[in-house]
Amino acid sequence: MAELDDIVREFLVETHENLGTLEQDLVRLEENPNDAKESLARIFRTVHTVKGTCGFLGFSKLESVTHVGENLLSLLRDGKLSVSGEITTALLSLVDAIREMLTSVEASGEEGSGDYSQLVQELARLVDPSRSAPKPTRSLQSPPAAVPTASREVGQRDPAPPPQIGELLVQGGLITRTEVQDVLELQNAGDPRHVGEILVEQGKVAPEDVVDALNLQKKTKAQNGGLADTTIRVEVSQLDKLMNLVGELVLARNQILQFVGPDTDAALQTTTQRLNLVTTELQAGVMKTRMQPIDTVWSKFPRVIRDLARSCKKRIRVEMEGRDTELDKTIIEAIKDPLTHIVRNAVDHGIESPEKREAAGKPVEGYLRLKAFHEGGHVNIEISDDGGGIDPEKLRRNAHEKGLVSAAILARMSERELLGLIFMPGFSTAEKVTNVSGRGVGMDVVKTNIERIGGSVDISSRLGEGTTLHIKIPLTLAIIPALVVASGQERFAIPQVSLVELVRMDLDKPDCGIEDIGGVPVYRLRGNLLPIVDLSKELFGRKSIIGEGAVTTIVVLQADERQFGMLVEQILDTEEIVVKPLAKQLKNIPAFSGATIMGDGSVALILDILGLAQKASVIGARRDRSLGDRGKQNQSADEKPESLLLVRAGERQTLAIPLRLVARLEEVPRTLVERAGASNVVQYRGQIMPLFYLSDVISEISDAHTELPEMLSVVVFDHRGRSVGLVVAAIVDIVDEAIKRHSTARRPGILGSAVVHGQVVELVDLPGVMERILPHTDSLVPQALVA
Amino acid sequence: MPEENQYCTFHLGNFIFGVGVREVQEVIRYQQMTQVPLAPATVGGLINLRGQIVTAIDLRERLGMPARDPKALPMNVVVCSEDGAVSLLVDEIGDVIHVSSSQFEMVPDTLVGPARELITGVYKLEGKLLLVLDVNKTANIDPETLKVA
Repeated sequence: MAELDDIVREFLVETHENLGTLEQDLVRLEENPNDAKESLARIFRTVHTVKGTCGFLGFSKLESVTHVGENLLSLLRDGKLSVSGEITTALLSLVDAIREMLTSVEASGEEGSGDYSQLVQELARLVDPSRSAPKPTRSLQSPPAAVPTASREVGQRDPAPPPQIGELLVQGGLITRTEVQDVLELQNAGDPRHVGEILVEQGKVAPEDVVDALNLQKKTKAQNGGLADTTIRVEVSQLDKLMNLVGELVLARNQILQFVGPDTDAALQTTTQRLNLVTTELQAGVMKTRMQPIDTVWSKFPRVIRDLARSCKKRIRVEMEGRDTELDKTIIEAIKDPLTHIVRNAVDHGIESPEKREAAGKPVEGYLRLKAFHEGGHVNIEISDDGGGIDPEKLRRNAHEKGLVSAAILARMSERELLGLIFMPGFSTAEKVTNVSGRGVGMDVVKTNIERIGGSVDISSRLGEGTTLHIKIPLTLAIIPALVVASGQERFAIPQVSLVELVRMDLDKPDCGIEDIGGVPVYRLRGNLLPIVDLSKELFGRKSIIGEGAVTTIVVLQADERQFGMLVEQILDTEEIVVKPLAKQLKNIPAFSGATIMGDGSVALILDILGLAQKASVIGARRDRSLGDRGKQNQSADEKPESLLLVRAGERQTLAIPLRLVARLEEVPRTLVERAGASNVVQYRGQIMPLFYLSDVISEISDAHTELPEMLSVVVFDHRGRSVGLVVAAIVDIVDEAIKRHSTARRPGILGSAVVHGQVVELVDLPGVMERILPHTDSLVPQALVA
Repeated sequence: MPEENQYCTFHLGNFIFGVGVREVQEVIRYQQMTQVPLAPATVGGLINLRGQIVTAIDLRERLGMPARDPKALPMNVVVCSEDGAVSLLVDEIGDVIHVSSSQFEMVPDTLVGPARELITGVYKLEGKLLLVLDVNKTANIDPETLKVA
């Protein structure tokens, strides 16, 4: 069997399906010619589609046959001809002819050698009766005669029955034909066993050979099955139902597994094990049916991009990587619009016009890359262009002009924060509004839509070099990681996305460190006041558990841009939960977003953190939250003390690095530092870690590493999932200090300054520095070395 | 008048109620329930019905009857309402009975309270009355009541 193109394969499946309905329609048409408008339109559409696709795929014979059929149908549809038995017959033989050719295409990739000129003539004559057919009287009878022949031919072409097992073994030279004959005679005499079985028992062939032959036989059978028989369309709701049932089966299985211990009956143990295996496989199988490759969305992009590029007079090359990355169908649906929007954006104002590109010394043709890959239970999608990039200063100006953010806050914003502005509602940087984009709606919607399905969007951009959007989404919507907590008798699930941290409370302090502002409990978390919500009080109206010594842990949660702490009676576990919607009766309760079934079969409610925060008045109504708020937070973040690692660079200069960014502090003997390309590297925990000298990466540190000590002090931190080492002259201290960001003190690599122990220290902009020296993971020298 | 003349019956206190057999999905014994805080009192909790989460409505509360003895475990009559499956918590399950429309009578006007709206009619059986419950109205908890709490 010739390997078929995916397109041809799809065409065959679809057409086979359509032909089935077409035949029914035709027959119905003949029975009831007056009530035919709809079925005629449907028939016409089907034949038209077949014709179009054939032309596209280069099946000229099929095309010519369908073409005349289409002519005839269009007359019927427009009411210029009325349906007669003669016409129906001709159309039915057209269907047969199409089917015959399809069968041939499926088998060999060719249309076959059948001659359809008579059918074409007949159809043409029906279209235009004035065109005399050779013998009108005969042609009246000939089509009915043609139908059976055509279909009989199809019948004759039906695949041969799969070869017998004995035959296959003989072909493989393992046994002789007479031996097979003997066995067959045995079978005829009443031996119930299979041929293979008998042969193995007689010692004529090895069991493996029989297995091989059986597999071969199966394969031939499957191939002969034909494409139309191998796929089936199923309602998604049907799959959902199956998913539900399988989920339930998994729970039942878990319960049974608990009952079965080492001292249970051996037979029961084996059966349970089988049940276990089958259930797992069944679950995976059902999950898989809902998965679709991301290509179902992407495949539309080349066209979209091409059209857009033409209308903007740009030239763009598209590259896609990881098209077969699979995602749950619901997620595919959810990301379709955001992705399209991002792509349109990239084409419209990401990539510059050819003239501009040429002037900038770039290839005239722009480049857009879509990349998808799985990583740790998530799907990552990257959309990058090599366009003009985003100018953070322009964003700053724009935000100021639009009055979205106050100037004071803008002045303090880092490059990264500025880039984040494009996700704000009402923000657009396009200088001119085009019909494609730039109306100020867009990226904020993209962000909301992606966050709604538990994903995140991130943007990085380099002016003049391009922009990359990084989207991270869960594999499936239905299952989310959650923290299970208890309040009273009930368990509640908190979605992990809202969870910031768990804080163990200081039991030595009165009320475990929870203080009171006019009856409102607050907690000092690293110098910041955290409003506290008591879950039991909020939900059940019970007396607060504060002051009973029962509180040990605060769950710090994020709702919108606000953080708050929640007191729970008990923290149980983190678990992957299956989200189920609440019934209509309970939809109006703001504190819950859904429910889930726990491992023991009981139901637990999923907390809606945003709703709960609103209910507890931790955050105001939605509209109150704006960037002003966020700015205020930034401000307080600016001035709140932070743990800083003080290091020395050069001879006298002291720099501070936020401790939260630091992974480890290491001492590395200088002799272990190796050169790889232009960088220094060191082997670190089985990885090759690039090393940078702090004095090299920050400007205006004059006295470089003239004399290096034997042991290098290295600050290790994570950059895009890899360890990177920063060599400093010495590690001085760790202090808690508020950093004031003076814009005057700002320069590349430095965020601001502070006075620590009577000495001025400067705060290193570690992410900024890293972006500069290691813009992309790919460009990490060590990786290139390994490859 | 309902065409249905086969009713699944159950007891609540001294009363016998019935819902059309076609509206009943299944009858199950007491299930462990998860309380829903902040929900109206008519919501008895959530039960896990083979992977489907079903809201259980406390029928006594819904009909304005005194609460059940806390030691007595209610049974579930799972009915198909317009809003999906809903479980009605009842004291005890009765039989499926046939009634003829000649036994039917409208609810007397003297009946007031929440029950008035939910009971569509009465079948006069021998020595007792069968109160017919409107499943959709019973399942539809007035959203207004959700504003409590």
